[in-house]
Amino acid sequence: MSLSPYAPIIGLFALAAAFSLFSVGAARFAGPHRYNKAKLEAYECGIEPSPQPVGGGRFPIKFYLTAMLFIVFDIEIIFLYPWAVSFDALPIFGFVEMVLFIVAVFVAYAYVWRRGGLDWD
Amino acid sequence: MTELKLPSLDYAALAPILIMLGAALVGVLVEAFVPRRSRHVVQLTLALLAVLAALTMVVLNADDRLITAGQAISVDGPTLFLQGAILVLAAMALLLIGDRSVERGGAFVAQAAVTAESADDRRQAEGRNGLTEIYPLTTFAIGGMLIFVAANDLLTMFIALEVFSLPLYLLCALARRRRLLSQEAAMKYFLLGAYASAFFLFGVALIYGFTSGIPGRGAGVDFSTINAAVTESPTSPVLLFAGMALLAIGLLFKAAAAPFHVWTPDVYQGAPTPVTGFMAACTKVAAFGALLRVFHVAFAGAAWDFTPVLGAVAVLTMLVGAVLAVTQTDIKRLLAYSSIANAGYLLVGVLSPSRDGLSGTMFYLVAYGFSVLAAFAVVTLVRDADGEATHLSRWAGLGRRSPFYAGLFTFILLAFAGIPLTSGFTSKFAIFGPALDGGQAWLVIAGVLTSMVLAFPYLRVVVMMWLSEPGESTPTVTVPGGLTSAALMIGVLATLVLGVAPAPLLDLATGAADFVR
Repeated sequence: MSLSPYAPIIGLFALAAAFSLFSVGAARFAGPHRYNKAKLEAYECGIEPSPQPVGGGRFPIKFYLTAMLFIVFDIEIIFLYPWAVSFDALPIFGFVEMVLFIVAVFVAYAYVWRRGGLDWD
Repeated sequence: MTELKLPSLDYAALAPILIMLGAALVGVLVEAFVPRRSRHVVQLTLALLAVLAALTMVVLNADDRLITAGQAISVDGPTLFLQGAILVLAAMALLLIGDRSVERGGAFVAQAAVTAESADDRRQAEGRNGLTEIYPLTTFAIGGMLIFVAANDLLTMFIALEVFSLPLYLLCALARRRRLLSQEAAMKYFLLGAYASAFFLFGVALIYGFTSGIPGRGAGVDFSTINAAVTESPTSPVLLFAGMALLAIGLLFKAAAAPFHVWTPDVYQGAPTPVTGFMAACTKVAAFGALLRVFHVAFAGAAWDFTPVLGAVAVLTMLVGAVLAVTQTDIKRLLAYSSIANAGYLLVGVLSPSRDGLSGTMFYLVAYGFSVLAAFAVVTLVRDADGEATHLSRWAGLGRRSPFYAGLFTFILLAFAGIPLTSGFTSKFAIFGPALDGGQAWLVIAGVLTSMVLAFPYLRVVVMMWLSEPGESTPTVTVPGGLTSAALMIGVLATLVLGVAPAPLLDLATGAADFVR
């Protein structure tokens, strides 16, 4: 039975699992344990599950804005990689199309920049 | 490395789509770089010019009958006719959206993120600023609709569906007043729309699986492959039926047909009235354009199977729309149920496979679009200190207060009721005639009966406006500025002209009623 095309993927999974298990385990044995309040808060930008203020209250959405901007570039990269790989196979048409695509993404970026989406405070 | 084969692109045929999407990008740049004071004028001018340019290209392309962009886009008679219809109606909607004389600062909120009903919110309702992002959003939506009616495969159709739906969800949330209602509308529309999109996509997957059964031909979701699979595939049609049903659910949701209509009244009521008009006119055209193409081109060979099901949906839609319209007390909800009933009549047209049936459906879409935009234009005018007075009781005696606008609204309502000499009569005739010829008498009987039921709520509004004494709570009609007046007049005149002399447009529709395959 030949698993050849999938063997590296299984290897990658095994490597990733081993790395995370090792990191968590090593930190547990080797690292210092000084708990404070910040360590128990929701990661990055989640809403504190309790106690919740009456009527919902307010919470900062700065991280959400950054995350949305990140997704814009994330999607761009997803399309850039296959294009880079097959660059030689595509004539000048492919290059022009890609420039147009990048321009469209930068329009969104310009909008976010000019309207203050990048200002932290 | 394998040589990649590039699809050929006919830029002239794609020009209307490219112009609208390009204009939307420029609109976003305007938002970023033009000072706030002049944005409104610049954006409105840009959007209207783009619509005009795209319409010019549609007219120049009028004789195109081709499939381009690697089987993804078909530019043929129905595409061009419906694209033209969308652009004309969208221009009217843009006039309503851009009006700032009826309400100070326009019908749109300045900052949508302010908590509804708070002191800040009340302050901004009185302010003179309004969002100008609405113009790029509307332009994107128009661009998506142009692709939607031209899509020649299901994936392109899905992308187009999202391109025009996402801006609409946002636009629904931006009403200047009654913010909670507006946000509720956007939320409901978004959640149910996402749900319907999932159905559509699942349907596409099943259809793809079905097409893989044809011997000697690759699987695919372009319409000619599906059409070939429907007639030739030796495999069991279970996948086809399931896929077709899921696909129809996704499309009928956008078309607001029962039982997928439940979002319509809430969304029509909560959205800013110009956006409601835009949805009632342009989204209808786009949704039915797609339904026509999917069922006349892709699934034409299965007509025997889907006709009874879609026919039942059509009858149910007419019944639900007509009966529930009778009980409504809010003018926007009344118009929403009327739009549901009209979706039922349009479905009768979709089920007439003849050339006359197709041209009748396209004619109906245009005629209804003009009337419904004019109707919502009048709704924006009847207002008091808190914004639009949409409760029907407030309209009592309006005929005494402002006979001119009440007269116009009466004329539009009579057109909806299908009185002769209005476009409502000729368009119903254009749809029911071919259905009768096609042997769908049961649909026509249901259509005529529900039209009679539906005439009651319309006439009740007319009677209230003219035969009641104006009370203290009767609002006055705001005299509109140039933009809303222009949209209103275009709508009323088109309703009259299409009622008295429908032949030119009907001939145009008949000449265009032929799909490329």
